[in-house]
Amino acid sequence: MARPIRFLLDGAVHELPADTDPTLTVLNLLRYHLRRTGTKEGCAEGDCGACTVVLGELEDGRVRFRAVNACILFAPMLDGRALFTVESLGREGSLHPVQQAMVDSHASQCGFCTPGFVMSLYALQREGAPADTPSLKDALAGNLCRCTGYGPILAAGQAMGRTPEPDIADALAAIRPAESLALEHGARRFYAPRSADELAAVLEANPDATVLAGGTDVGLWVTKQRRVLPTVVSLNECADLKRIEDLGDAVRIGAAARYADAHAALASLHPAFDGLLRRLGGLQVRNLGTVCGNIANGSPIGDMPPALIAAGATLVLRRGSARRELPLEAYFLDYGRQDRRPGEFVEAVTVPKPPPGRVVHIAKLSKRFDQDISAVCLGLSVGLQAGQVTDARIAFGGMAATPKRAPRAEAALAGRAWTAATVETAAEVLADDFTPITDMRASAGYRLEAARNLLRRAFVEAAGGDRLQDLEAVSA
Amino acid sequence: MADSGAARPSPVLHAPIGHDSAPRHVSGEALYIDDIPEPPGLLHLAVGQSARAHARVTRLDLSAVRAAPGVVAVLTPADVPGKNDISPFAGDDPLFAEGEVKFVGQALFCVAAETLPKARAAAALAVVDYEDLPAWLTADAAVAAGSLIEPTQTMRLGDAAAALEAAPHVLSGRLQVGGQEHFYLEGQVALVIPGEGADLHVWTSTQHPTETQHILARVLGCPDAAITVEVRRMGGAFGGKETQSVQWAAMAALAARVTRRPAKIRLDRDDDMVMTGKRHDFEIDWSVGFDGQGRLQGARFEFASRCGFSADLSHAINDRAMFHADNAYALPAAEIVSHRARTHTVSNTAFRGFGGPQGMMAIERALDAVALSLGQDPLDVRLANLYGVAGDLTPYGQTVTDAVIDPIMRELAESCGYRARRAAVRAWNAGHPHLKRGLALTPVKFGISFTTTHLNQAGALVHVYTDGSIHLNHGGTEMGQGLNIKVAQVVADAFQVPLASVRITSTRTDKVPNTSATAASSGSDLNGMAALDACEQIKARLSGWARSNFGHDPVFTPDGVQVGRELLSFRDFVNQAYVARISLSAAGYYRTPDIRYDRVNHKGRPFYYFAYGAACSEVAIDTLTGENRVTRVDILHDVGRSLNPAIDLGQIEGGFVQGMGWLTTEELVFDGAGRLRTHAPSTYKIPTAGDRPDAFNIAIWSGGENREPTIHRSKAVGEPPLMLAISVFSALTDAVASVGGHRVMPDLDAPATPERILAAVDNVRRRAGG
Repeated sequence: MARPIRFLLDGAVHELPADTDPTLTVLNLLRYHLRRTGTKEGCAEGDCGACTVVLGELEDGRVRFRAVNACILFAPMLDGRALFTVESLGREGSLHPVQQAMVDSHASQCGFCTPGFVMSLYALQREGAPADTPSLKDALAGNLCRCTGYGPILAAGQAMGRTPEPDIADALAAIRPAESLALEHGARRFYAPRSADELAAVLEANPDATVLAGGTDVGLWVTKQRRVLPTVVSLNECADLKRIEDLGDAVRIGAAARYADAHAALASLHPAFDGLLRRLGGLQVRNLGTVCGNIANGSPIGDMPPALIAAGATLVLRRGSARRELPLEAYFLDYGRQDRRPGEFVEAVTVPKPPPGRVVHIAKLSKRFDQDISAVCLGLSVGLQAGQVTDARIAFGGMAATPKRAPRAEAALAGRAWTAATVETAAEVLADDFTPITDMRASAGYRLEAARNLLRRAFVEAAGGDRLQDLEAVSA
Repeated sequence: MADSGAARPSPVLHAPIGHDSAPRHVSGEALYIDDIPEPPGLLHLAVGQSARAHARVTRLDLSAVRAAPGVVAVLTPADVPGKNDISPFAGDDPLFAEGEVKFVGQALFCVAAETLPKARAAAALAVVDYEDLPAWLTADAAVAAGSLIEPTQTMRLGDAAAALEAAPHVLSGRLQVGGQEHFYLEGQVALVIPGEGADLHVWTSTQHPTETQHILARVLGCPDAAITVEVRRMGGAFGGKETQSVQWAAMAALAARVTRRPAKIRLDRDDDMVMTGKRHDFEIDWSVGFDGQGRLQGARFEFASRCGFSADLSHAINDRAMFHADNAYALPAAEIVSHRARTHTVSNTAFRGFGGPQGMMAIERALDAVALSLGQDPLDVRLANLYGVAGDLTPYGQTVTDAVIDPIMRELAESCGYRARRAAVRAWNAGHPHLKRGLALTPVKFGISFTTTHLNQAGALVHVYTDGSIHLNHGGTEMGQGLNIKVAQVVADAFQVPLASVRITSTRTDKVPNTSATAASSGSDLNGMAALDACEQIKARLSGWARSNFGHDPVFTPDGVQVGRELLSFRDFVNQAYVARISLSAAGYYRTPDIRYDRVNHKGRPFYYFAYGAACSEVAIDTLTGENRVTRVDILHDVGRSLNPAIDLGQIEGGFVQGMGWLTTEELVFDGAGRLRTHAPSTYKIPTAGDRPDAFNIAIWSGGENREPTIHRSKAVGEPPLMLAISVFSALTDAVASVGGHRVMPDLDAPATPERILAAVDNVRRRAGG
């Protein structure tokens, strides 16, 4: 029962045929099929934001507006959604207030990144988010500009006015898909089941399929590695997999829950998660990428696993109707190898709530503070009773071929007094836990020394020490 | 002629007018080359690249490439009808490597196919066998092997060796300064449409349409006149599209010539970063002799830069590094030695500052070291050595007659509260064992003119139409810097018409020929003057006609043209002139006066004038991890009498942040096989909005006025602000030094990544004894 991809563009229903190339990117769809060339390709890997467009999605009766990178967004992922591009706003002579604010603030120089910034600001405005400097820096961390130095763009964000916007809730409700999307493009297939049960069945029937969540990694397989994916199964339409549930003593995050969706729930576990999530990709990446995808792909430098392992997270894997659970750290077998069997998918991750009084520390080291990949990432959770360490969970990313716990350092803490001297012994034995490598992000020597120092910093901060990122000028 | 500099009310001159393309930028209507509607029959190109740094190609089997679906042509050196060379002058830069490859990513061939995915897929099917040859990957390795692009150059003032010998104190050190990827947001792109006969129309994203035209003619073996190059705008360039845009245009032109079909090439970001040159990285040995007050008595600098496999513009870039080894400081005696290493890496090229930034780094490091060794505030040591205070003769024999850096630095120190903040930083550091702050206030003096003297010329073409609208064309290219609006302001002012009457048009080699690159910050200086010349020619004709016709000289006013008692609209006035058969079109021309340079002896007056500025940066570092952030920046910059303060402020802030990236987060990593490992924004990190400090105060120096009769007494602004970011590097060094109580000088290299800062902290701790 082939049906077209159906989405809203400038308020009107737009259809793409059922034989659309499933890995056609929205960027190429716009530029080369629809001739909407305001959306630019800067990197084709979701890192520069020049291709930023906005998706409108109906959620609980409300339309949510999300800035995303069109360069790594596959066209079928538009199904049932509204797409806004820079052309949807205004034209020269009748600019949208967001565009006018950019003009008035001298916020464009070469202009190539500009439509992307406009769309990030537009999403911020439509979401009703505050337009103070910290919020703007958060919302724009995924947009690179090489000309302006950003000041005029931030000024535009603070100055932008509003205009009445048409309500698209009814139009979105009208195109809400009644049936799953299935595409046939030559020998290639795309399936977007609408429930976990349906997904399980599709994957059982297609055990070699590529499982697509946000596509912030899989997108690059296509745009950068130029891989042809014979069968793609998207879990983005599985409403039940989007759920984030409070289980009382834990939070359960479904496979389709994006970073942005899970942000508040994770931050409620501990403020350290908030700091980590703000630095995980840019907002465009967090609006597509999923917490479980970050785990499932098994990267040694994913930002979520160390913090989640330290928190004692459990992974739920499912094949057909069979489920199994395993400690998150056990999922990572070796570089590029995970404990996921054919036809199986990650259904959820369950993260226990830390009991009060536990020292929780998450740290990420990278060359650039925002939107960079970790050189080293630490998750630490230490239980304390009367100044003694009851138990310690320490996990690192970037220190081995997989995200990995530090058993010797954990043992050095357990049962000892929570003192600088104890932390020092744990830092010492990290060299026995890890033999990091040198690559373009950091040398082996730096990784080991910085990892040790991150333990020291965890102690210092637990004792109330200042954090670099909180410092303002000594006198402004 | 430029006006005398006297203040004259003008609705358009010296006004903060927005970029002419801004409404089209924000609406997505501004057309970049890949946005131009694709012509029927368009072919798309992909490039086959070398996988080795230096090797003989023993086999290049392209049969699978040719047989791949959608492939129309595969182009190799055998298809080049003219010369297989795209170098600006040295003859060492082949369009396609022939027999031997000299860097990873060098072009071997290109594929023209019906679609871009097909072209890229086909290019990957080549079978290439190599026989590796010895490869020099770093400047040091190449210099040691005697591999240079030209003989080592030396610039001398007095007897530096004797001065160092005689000085009461001598310090020396070594500094590594990393390169920088341009990261223009619009990658390299060109579109070529064949016309009749040998004619080609070339749309390309380049700073140098004329050189593109000339090189394409050379490659194709046709006259320059057969090729028209057109540039409306670039999505950023920063020097990266001065020479390095030519190769792609040449491939598209060759494909169009061979197939008789339109051809487009657009490099993928990763390919762009691997295949195009960057800012040169430098290794610098420095020695300075000074007295007890920190006054320099002599200095010696030895530069080695990584030029890459070919000369490109490295001669002039390294010359400019030598010209800026003094930065803003008078050196009683100096020896500046410059080795230009020919390495087996991509050919490094122009990048905003053009060697100047690297040249300045060592003397700023040296002055920080002098201050630390004497226990003085670095600002005082800097002030004591400035041009205008300590002397006025540069190492290349030019006398500095316009030094305004001392008042700029003092005014900035006052306005940013430097002295009090210095004390506050010290006090704060005393109370914080792990986090440390640093502060620095550094100057910039930057020489304005192409140091290759003949390049300092420009042309413009101005047409006045009978409806009073004006068509403006000049040889400069728009890359976002606001050149077009500035020149339009000059033209609108010349005729006293509204800015909207002046139509800005794309740069074309068939309108203004034999132009220089839009580079060296010279765009508005040269093209503004050329456009003004064209306006003055037309005005002179109009005046002559008005005198004979009305008996009065016309006076152009915002209300119209006053001729005697009669006030005519500009439209009526020019229309009457047309009826009287007066030509309303003129080609303007300008060449910078009074400059000359003897490159053999490195003496002369290479610069027409100097641009100045100063910045104070405050930073904080984490001594456990090396993480760092800039917490406040104050800038006071001299742009003469600004043609457009809004545009100039944009250049200042943008240049500073770009320089900050160069010295902090932007790290180019080549592996042992010569492969660039940081070839995309995922691994190469330019600043984001979050890196910009909230406390960022920028002011244009109110005392600014060019002493030379430049266009309305303005000064160039494109490059100089980038070097204001050296204050960030100096402040980071200061923060690291605080770990050792400012007793030992940190060995911090650039870029100051967390890893380098942590290493420098550890090193200071060891040397300071814990």
